[in-house]
Amino acid sequence: MRAGLALVMFGLMLALPAAAADYAALPGGSFTSVLPADGKAAAAQVAPFRLRTEPVTNAEFLAFVKTHPEWRRDRVARILADQRYLSHWADAETLGSEALPRQPVTRVSWFAAQAYCESEGARLPSWYEWEYAAAADATRRDARSDPAWRENLLAWYSRPSNAPLPDVGGAPNAYGVRDITQPVWEWVDDFNALLVASDSRDQNDPDVLKFCGAGAVSLQEKENYAVLMRIAMLSALKAADTTNNMGFRCAKPE
Amino acid sequence: MSRSPLLVVAAAALLTLAACSGKPQAAAKTDATPAANAPAEHVTRGDFGPPQGEPIHAVLTSPPHVPPPVNRNYPAKVIVELEVIEKEMPISEGVSYTFWTFGGTVPGSFIRVRQGDTVEFHLKNAPDSKMPHNIDLHGVTGPGGGAASSFTAPGHASQFTFKALNQGIYVYHCATAPVGMHIANGMYGLILVEPPEGLPKVDHEYYVMQGDFYTTGKYRQKGLQPFDMEKAIDENPTYVLFNGKEGALTGDNALTAKTNETVRLFVGNGGPNLVSSFHVIGEIFDKVQPEGGTVAQHNVQTTLIPAGGAATVEFHTDVPGSYVLVDHSIFRAFNKGALGILKVDGPEDKTIYSGKEVDYVYLGDRSEPNLQAVSTAAKAHAAGTLTKDEQIAAGKQLFTGTCSVCHQANGEGLPNVFPPLAKSDYLAADPKRAIEVVLHGLQGKIKVNGHEYDSIMPPMNQLTDDEVANILTYVLNSWGNPGGQISKEEAAKVRAAPAPTTASQGH
Repeated sequence: MRAGLALVMFGLMLALPAAAADYAALPGGSFTSVLPADGKAAAAQVAPFRLRTEPVTNAEFLAFVKTHPEWRRDRVARILADQRYLSHWADAETLGSEALPRQPVTRVSWFAAQAYCESEGARLPSWYEWEYAAAADATRRDARSDPAWRENLLAWYSRPSNAPLPDVGGAPNAYGVRDITQPVWEWVDDFNALLVASDSRDQNDPDVLKFCGAGAVSLQEKENYAVLMRIAMLSALKAADTTNNMGFRCAKPE
Repeated sequence: MSRSPLLVVAAAALLTLAACSGKPQAAAKTDATPAANAPAEHVTRGDFGPPQGEPIHAVLTSPPHVPPPVNRNYPAKVIVELEVIEKEMPISEGVSYTFWTFGGTVPGSFIRVRQGDTVEFHLKNAPDSKMPHNIDLHGVTGPGGGAASSFTAPGHASQFTFKALNQGIYVYHCATAPVGMHIANGMYGLILVEPPEGLPKVDHEYYVMQGDFYTTGKYRQKGLQPFDMEKAIDENPTYVLFNGKEGALTGDNALTAKTNETVRLFVGNGGPNLVSSFHVIGEIFDKVQPEGGTVAQHNVQTTLIPAGGAATVEFHTDVPGSYVLVDHSIFRAFNKGALGILKVDGPEDKTIYSGKEVDYVYLGDRSEPNLQAVSTAAKAHAAGTLTKDEQIAAGKQLFTGTCSVCHQANGEGLPNVFPPLAKSDYLAADPKRAIEVVLHGLQGKIKVNGHEYDSIMPPMNQLTDDEVANILTYVLNSWGNPGGQISKEEAAKVRAAPAPTTASQGH
């Protein structure tokens, strides 16, 4: 009986991973994004919000799948996640050697990421929120003018991604947020609106980032190109797509 | 098979612009405008109708190899499957770099189709890629050269189809932002669109492509070197390479041919920044099709290959040996790696190239003075118009060649060894005696300007009477000497006279 109760409690703990997730409070404010709010130069306004301090892990996502079986890889609707969805897991409810519990979860679609965040009483961060949080380094809230900050982003791009992902739990930035620019790309709520939102850009072509135009025009500030490469990555995806190194974290209002 | 000779002079130029203009409509077909001065056969577009026969899977090759000729007389549907792979590879000895590649190599796989072919292109981005990629083929007529239709996330594949309307050798490259970085990481290659009749047969075809690379470490600094955006923007490459690696075309990797063969090189330049002055040391290109165009140049030493451009060069091998492929912006070759070797084996042909025949000493100006003034003086003398100034000019040049070795160019001589000619009291005392000294030599003690000299001056009777007269006239009118003039006749008279007692040995 006692053992049974313990099992139930254990099950409850597994079912409520959200209770364990830490969120850091970010003050928000006026923020100079690589994507100007008006398409020209206007700063973005970021309302105060809370952001998960770590990306969602395999263990956390496994718990979610168990309580939301419609997101098992063998039951998910194909329009919500492609064939690669969680394909590195040993099976639909087992992580296995290719997916360690504390590694960030990858091969998840935007739909799945959004559903997970809802289960945590949260949502995906917007691009501006993500970019705002990622602008910090260990001591400064906006370290983007420091070449070392940019080099850090680029160094990750220039490493082949054939090695296993590290566990989450990297050094915190000034907000207490960890692992934000690496070791995974992260979904944002408005990933597919990044290119069409600023319709007043001179290019008036939503495909502009896909070819030279973006390289020539938007990347004039060389401090920005490392960030813009993330936008290019997000823009390459559809909401059901999954990739080997696209993960996510969630955000909440203040 | 209908061949419509539409004359679209500007189409090729627009193609390259289309990808980067941001205005797809710029690539729209131009109207058929007869070209005023271009022969029709050079600007024929090649829409030969719908594809015929079974679809063909294109043979792709890694550099420096080129797929076999198409060898087909009808337009076909050709399926190209190209995979983007991001991988760490050596860029130099002990130095590695994370390359982004088309097909796992830099440059990417060589693609060969026939003009008029319908190409079904599959661009696959490997699942473990970090980046999305696309492809802009300069041989495509359409927005972005295919880039718009091929933007592909990791673990995905894109398909698009184009008709190869224009023949030529074309660069393809990734055009995902930041374009420069994707190209700098090695994302370029060549696609050959053969003319309908194919290319003339040659003994060897090779694929060579130049690129510039930017690493945070110095040239040959060991270890994995990251990309350096600052250097790329400054156009200050760490490496300039053929086929993506220092040594890709040297040593055991050298290109090979035999004597008396024809070699065709498809030479591209991926950039991202530098323009190549492509040259093969010791060969003359019999034929170059600059930028892959149809009008050939002949007898070319060095051909310019623009970034994002390509050329076809052909030459015949006559003499065995190692021929060095370089970017003749030559520091790139010897200090940044832009060097390859074509090794030609076979019998020597001494009638074309002898090898080294003689090694001899060359003394330069001192033994071979420029004797222009001397011949001027000789002509003037023959014409009876010789002036003192002409004599002085001629004498100065002769003095430099013969006399200055001992008496020095300034006439000061060397203390205690060679007496001075400048402000010389010995000379001033008897200018005519100087003729004797020059022609018969001088030995024994003499006193010049208060110093005793006891050495030997050999007779300079190899000098003609003209030359003796001119040298002495120059000396008499230089360095504070009293002036005066010596004539050829005076020199002849002294030469004919018996040697004085002061004459030196060797007379």
